[in-house]
Amino acid sequence: MSKKLKAAIIGPGNIGTDLLMKAMRSDWIEPVWMVGIEESEGIKRARDFGMKTSVSGVDGLLPHVIEDDVRIAFDATSAYVHAENSRKLNELGVIMVDLTPAAIGPFCIPPVNLKAHAEKLEMNVNMVTCGGQATIPIVAAVSRVQPVSYGEIVATVGSKSVGPGTRVNIDEFTRTTAAGVEQVGGAKKGKAIIIINPAEPPLIMRDTIHCLTEHEPDQEAITQSILDMVEAVQQYVPGYRLVNGPVFDGNRVSVFMEVEGLGDFLPKYAGNLDIMTAAGLRTAEMFAEEAANNTISLPARG
Amino acid sequence: MNLEGKKVTLHDMSLRDGMHAKRHQISLQQMIDVATGLDEAGMPLIEVTHGDGLGGASVNYGFPAHSDEEYLNAVVPKMKQAKVSALLLPGIGTVDHLRMAHDCGVSTIRVATHCTEADVSQQHIGLASEMKMDTVGFLMMAHMAPPEKILEQAKLMESYGANCVYCTDSAGYMLPDQVTEKIGLLRAELKPETEIGFHGHHNLGMGIANSLAAIDAGAGRIDGSVAGLGAGAGNTPLEVFVAVLYRMGVESGVDLFKVMDVAEDLVVPLMDHPIRLDRDALTLGYAGVYSSFLLFAQRAAEKYGISARDILVELGRRGTVGGQEDMIEDLALTMAKERGAK
Repeated sequence: MSKKLKAAIIGPGNIGTDLLMKAMRSDWIEPVWMVGIEESEGIKRARDFGMKTSVSGVDGLLPHVIEDDVRIAFDATSAYVHAENSRKLNELGVIMVDLTPAAIGPFCIPPVNLKAHAEKLEMNVNMVTCGGQATIPIVAAVSRVQPVSYGEIVATVGSKSVGPGTRVNIDEFTRTTAAGVEQVGGAKKGKAIIIINPAEPPLIMRDTIHCLTEHEPDQEAITQSILDMVEAVQQYVPGYRLVNGPVFDGNRVSVFMEVEGLGDFLPKYAGNLDIMTAAGLRTAEMFAEEAANNTISLPARG
Repeated sequence: MNLEGKKVTLHDMSLRDGMHAKRHQISLQQMIDVATGLDEAGMPLIEVTHGDGLGGASVNYGFPAHSDEEYLNAVVPKMKQAKVSALLLPGIGTVDHLRMAHDCGVSTIRVATHCTEADVSQQHIGLASEMKMDTVGFLMMAHMAPPEKILEQAKLMESYGANCVYCTDSAGYMLPDQVTEKIGLLRAELKPETEIGFHGHHNLGMGIANSLAAIDAGAGRIDGSVAGLGAGAGNTPLEVFVAVLYRMGVESGVDLFKVMDVAEDLVVPLMDHPIRLDRDALTLGYAGVYSSFLLFAQRAAEKYGISARDILVELGRRGTVGGQEDMIEDLALTMAKERGAK
């Protein structure tokens, strides 16, 4: 039996297609289905990649879940439909990796808490936001050294990489990211800011992380912890780079990051989208690894 | 230019844009004193918010002496005729802040986006308009896009429910002809009932001239600041503008001598530094850089031994937009590294 877990991707847009291209290279995940709600460019592309496709939403996938042994689903649609997608697929024992802002499951930042989620076999994990994936690891890298009273992140993204879904509900980004800075990053209070910049050529995603530590920062330990964390993220996002810092100024610790994508389907500057798809895939892979090691048992199937 | 008989609504920025120049440290009493003086002078609209808008309190932009809520609760009840406005930048503040401001008695909300990104303002403009607030769309850094683009974005804000749209010269880069062109196109193409506003900065000394050009081209609201207290070289100095409007026969309803006294007796004494067109402020206007970057660049210059002018020119070259204050320390570090390597 192959160790790879079979997967479905819901949402054949930019994110879904980029995720598909990454998943096709994975040692642990085998994408088999692409789910859309109508015939589209994305569905056609997925078919060209050899995927089975549904153009009638998740309902078109459901009858095939057991026979095709689909174990993982990535939802790259919208918060509005995610809950329903998740309920239907969870019932059939499919683990849901949620790339929408719905956040009905716990937040997942791979190098910080993925292993804990996988070991508990969480059936729905949420990937927070692109800004969260890029910055929360750094907040966590500081808070694992000493208490952080306040964590603030500023994500600056190229205008072309911000889709209509994010634009129409930009408050969801700031709220969800701030919640992730607290819940996963370990800051007592979190704040998130997003700036959209239309410069041409588009700028590569930039992220600034400011932490205020409760006590005088242990510069050496924090610096090492951040370097280790950057390396951990680079395992699945090679273009995750420390540009400047950590800068220490009193109790303030500031770190300046840049995130360049792999340029699979989305352009390289769209590191914000790349880090979401890469983190989503990394999450699914961890579940597959844990299942292969028999540390978790996937839901039984006849 | 003949503006005789025109009417204009003036909007004071000293207690919001001026917060930049004060590193957001204006005291409650100072806010009350200035606002009360402006109210008595007949200023119809006064903005009171963190410099970067509601929710701007942050490491990135600076923590204020008091919260937006505290400032608003201190000022709003004291106003006899003036209305109080608040600024909101989507991506920094949220609709929760907007509701708070509304509960504090704010009657005008100004939702600000970069001039090409108006579609992030839909939920905020929509809610404000639903709550029957005077709802203003504020297109920042308007020098960075051609008139047609500004119009397209203004129409989006109008469609979300804005009853007024601003062309905002955040960098103090625009010249009168460009103001005429942009405001003129907005006036010609937006709904006749939609008001048009202009917000200037004085970084090229064009605050007054640009504001006059805006009125001539059809703007009905003009931002300025008593004694110019604002980011960069400050906003259009209102007491000067009021005097010019008197001379030109434009009706603003503001008492010239009273507003002069507020400027001289209340605002000038609270300045941390003289608001003037110094080398760095001039660089903002020349390079087209967001005015509130000024003090950040000066601090980074001092800390890392780089000239503030060099930092600002490079920020302009990179096309940075409002809110990217974090890039200043980042860039100064990179420049210091490069110089060390040479």
